[in-house]
Amino acid sequence: MAEMKQAPAGASTGEKLLTWVDNRFPASKLYKEHVSEYYAPKNFNFWYFFGSLAMLVLVIQIVTGIFLVMNYKPDAALAFASVEYIMRDVPWGWLIRYMHSTGASAFFVVVYLHMFRGLIYGSYRTPRELVWIFGCLIFLCLMAEAFMGYLLPWGQMSFWGAQVIINLFAAIPFVGPDLAILIRGDYVVGDATLNRFFALHVIAVPLVLLGLVVAHLIALHEVGSNNPDGVEIKAKKDANGIPLDGIPFHPYYTVHDIMGVAGFLICFTAVIFFMPEFGGYFLEYNNFIPADPFKTPLHIAPVWYFTPFYSMLRATTPDLVNVLCVIIGLAAVLNLVKGKGTGQTKVVGLAIAAVIIAALQVFEAKFGGVAVMGGAVVILAGLPWFDHSPVKSIRYRPNWHKIVYGVFVINFCILGYLGVQPPSPTGEVVSQVGTLLYFGFFVLMPWWSQLGTFKPVPDRVTFKPH
Amino acid sequence: MKKLFASLITALVMISGAHAAGGALTLDKFPKERLTNVAALQNGAKLFVNYCLNCHSAAFMRYNRLKDIGLTDEQIKQNLLFATEKVGDTMVVSLNPKDAKEWFGATPPDLTLVARSRASHSGTGADYLYTYMRTFYRDDTRPTGWNNLVFPNVGMPHVLWELQGQRAAKYVETTDPHDATKKVHTFDGFEQLTPGKMSPQEYDSNMADLVAYLTWMAEPQAQTRVRIGVGVILFLLGFFFIAWRLNAAFWKDVK
Repeated sequence: MAEMKQAPAGASTGEKLLTWVDNRFPASKLYKEHVSEYYAPKNFNFWYFFGSLAMLVLVIQIVTGIFLVMNYKPDAALAFASVEYIMRDVPWGWLIRYMHSTGASAFFVVVYLHMFRGLIYGSYRTPRELVWIFGCLIFLCLMAEAFMGYLLPWGQMSFWGAQVIINLFAAIPFVGPDLAILIRGDYVVGDATLNRFFALHVIAVPLVLLGLVVAHLIALHEVGSNNPDGVEIKAKKDANGIPLDGIPFHPYYTVHDIMGVAGFLICFTAVIFFMPEFGGYFLEYNNFIPADPFKTPLHIAPVWYFTPFYSMLRATTPDLVNVLCVIIGLAAVLNLVKGKGTGQTKVVGLAIAAVIIAALQVFEAKFGGVAVMGGAVVILAGLPWFDHSPVKSIRYRPNWHKIVYGVFVINFCILGYLGVQPPSPTGEVVSQVGTLLYFGFFVLMPWWSQLGTFKPVPDRVTFKPH
Repeated sequence: MKKLFASLITALVMISGAHAAGGALTLDKFPKERLTNVAALQNGAKLFVNYCLNCHSAAFMRYNRLKDIGLTDEQIKQNLLFATEKVGDTMVVSLNPKDAKEWFGATPPDLTLVARSRASHSGTGADYLYTYMRTFYRDDTRPTGWNNLVFPNVGMPHVLWELQGQRAAKYVETTDPHDATKKVHTFDGFEQLTPGKMSPQEYDSNMADLVAYLTWMAEPQAQTRVRIGVGVILFLLGFFFIAWRLNAAFWKDVK
C-alpha cells in the first residue's frame, strides 16, 4: 500500500478532505503540474489567447449542444420544424441556437488564428511535433464535426452541401461508390444520413475531439510552451529548477486569459445579438428553406471555413492535374540529379512520384480534386519535417520570409473568397495559381526555409515588464 | 513575389467587378423604420392573413405570437381566426398541395421564413419582398396573365391587383454597351392600364407594412435580441475593463 499522508495537526476540514483525496487520487499533483506549477514563458503576446479561447468555444458548443438536443428531432420530416420550434417556442431557444451556430464559425476563426500562431513562431518544431500533430487531428475532427452538424437543420444548403461533399468520397478509386453509400446509409442523402450524422455529431466525434484535446494538452505540458522568441525557457533554470523566464500558469495566465475571454465574448456576443446570420456567411440564407431533394440551388457554397479547401478542389481541372504531374516529375528528377539523399532514398522518391503521377492520370480529374483537397489538409501535419530553418520564430528569420508567410496568408484568404463565389473563368485561373502557391509553400519549405541571413537568437526571451 | 501578389489582387478586383455587373435588377430599399411601428406591423398582419394566408402557410408561426405586436387574444380570435382554429395553432392552410401544383405550377412556399431566405448579397429579404410585391405586370404569354420583374415567370398571379390596378411593363430597345451590333431590351417603367383601389403611394405604403410583418414573422424575437444585446455588450465592456485592470495588478510582479 502506498504511503498515507497525514494532514498537519489543527488543519481545516478542507485541508483534511484534500489530504484524504490526495491519498487516493492525484488531485493536488494534477493541479500543480497543469496549473499552479506549470511554468509558461512570460513573453506570450496577443496570439497566445487563441488556445484557451478554443477551449472556451469547445465548452460553449458542448453546453449549447446539450440543450439543443433536448428539443431537436433528428428526423427528415421533423428536423427543420424542430429547429424553428427551438427558435420560436423554446424559452431562450433562439439564444442557445445562435450561440451554437455562431460558435461553429467562432471555433474556426479561433483555430485558424491558433494555427497561424504555431506557424509563425515555429511551435511545431522539436520537441513539439506531437503537439502539432494532435492539433492537426483536432482540426480534422473539427471539420468532420462542422460538416455533419451543418446537415442537422435540414435546410437546402444542409442537404445539398452534404450531397456535394459525400459525392466527393465517391471519387476515391475502387471503394469510392460503396464508401459514399456507407456514409449516406442510402443511395441519396435522406433520413438515414440525417440519423447517422446526428449520432456522429453529438456523440462519436465530440468524444474523439475531447480525447485529442486532452492529448494535445498533456503533450504540451510535457514539453512546455513555445513563445514568440522561439527560445527554450527550460534551458535556463534557477536553483529550484524553475525556468528563469517561466511564470506559473495560475495566476498569471489565468488572469491574462480572462481578459482574452472578455475581449472574445464582446465580439462573439456582438455577432449573436446583432448579426447572427453574419451576412449569410454563418447562417446561409438558403438554409431557411427546408431541404428539397427535387430543387437544386443555383449556387451551392460550403460555409466559409471550408472554402479555401473547396476552392482548391474546384481548381483541380484536368489541366491543373497535368501541371501537377509535370511538377512532381521534375521534382523527382531534380532530386535524383542534385538531391542530398542516398541512392536508395532517391529511387524511392522517384518511385513514389511515378505512383502519384500514374494515379492522377489513370483516375478522373474529380479524384485529383479530392486528392488535392485532402492533401491540402493532411500536408499541414508534415510541417515539423518540412521546416529546416535554423531558428524557430519568425522574429529571427530573414525579412523576406515574412513576405513569404504574408503571401501564404493572403493566398489562403483569396482561395477562401473564391470558394464562396460562383465558378468563373478568371476565378478558376486565380485559384489554380493559389493552389500551386499553397502546396509550393509546404513542399518547397525544406529548401527556402534555410535560405537567407538569419538573425542571432537571444539566450533569454525578450520581455518588457508592464 | 510582389508582381504576383499585384496580379492576384487585380484578378480578384476584376472578378468582384464582373460579379457586381452581372446582378439583374437593383432592389428597392424597404423602409426599415416600419419594423418598429406597431400600427404598420398590425396592418401588415391583417393584409397577410387576408391575402396571403389563403394559399401560403406560415406553419411555424403561432397566431398567439401576434400578441407580441400588440394584438389581444380577443382581437386575434375575432378578426384573424376561422371558427375551428385555436389561438395557439400555427398558420397552416387547407389548400391541397396537389391542387396548388396543378393551378400554379408549384406549391406556394411556406412564408414563415421567407424574409430570411430571400436575403442575398444584393439586398435584405425585406428589400426583395418589397420590390417583388410592387413589380407585378400584365403578361399575356403567362398562364396566369401576370409576370414579375424580380421573379421572372413567377407562378403566383398578382393577388393584390385590385389594390394596385393593372400595369404593363414598358421596354425600350437599346444598343448593348458591350457589343454595338446587338440590341438589348431594358425595362423602362410601368404603364398603368386600370386604376387600383389604392393610389400608388397608398399601395407602396401598404406593401411596406406587409413586408414589415413578414420580416417580423421570420424572427419575432429580433427586436428583443438587439435590446438584450446592447445590455450584454455594455456588461462585457465593464467586465473587460475589470479583467484588464486585474491582469495589470497581477502582472506588475512579473519582471
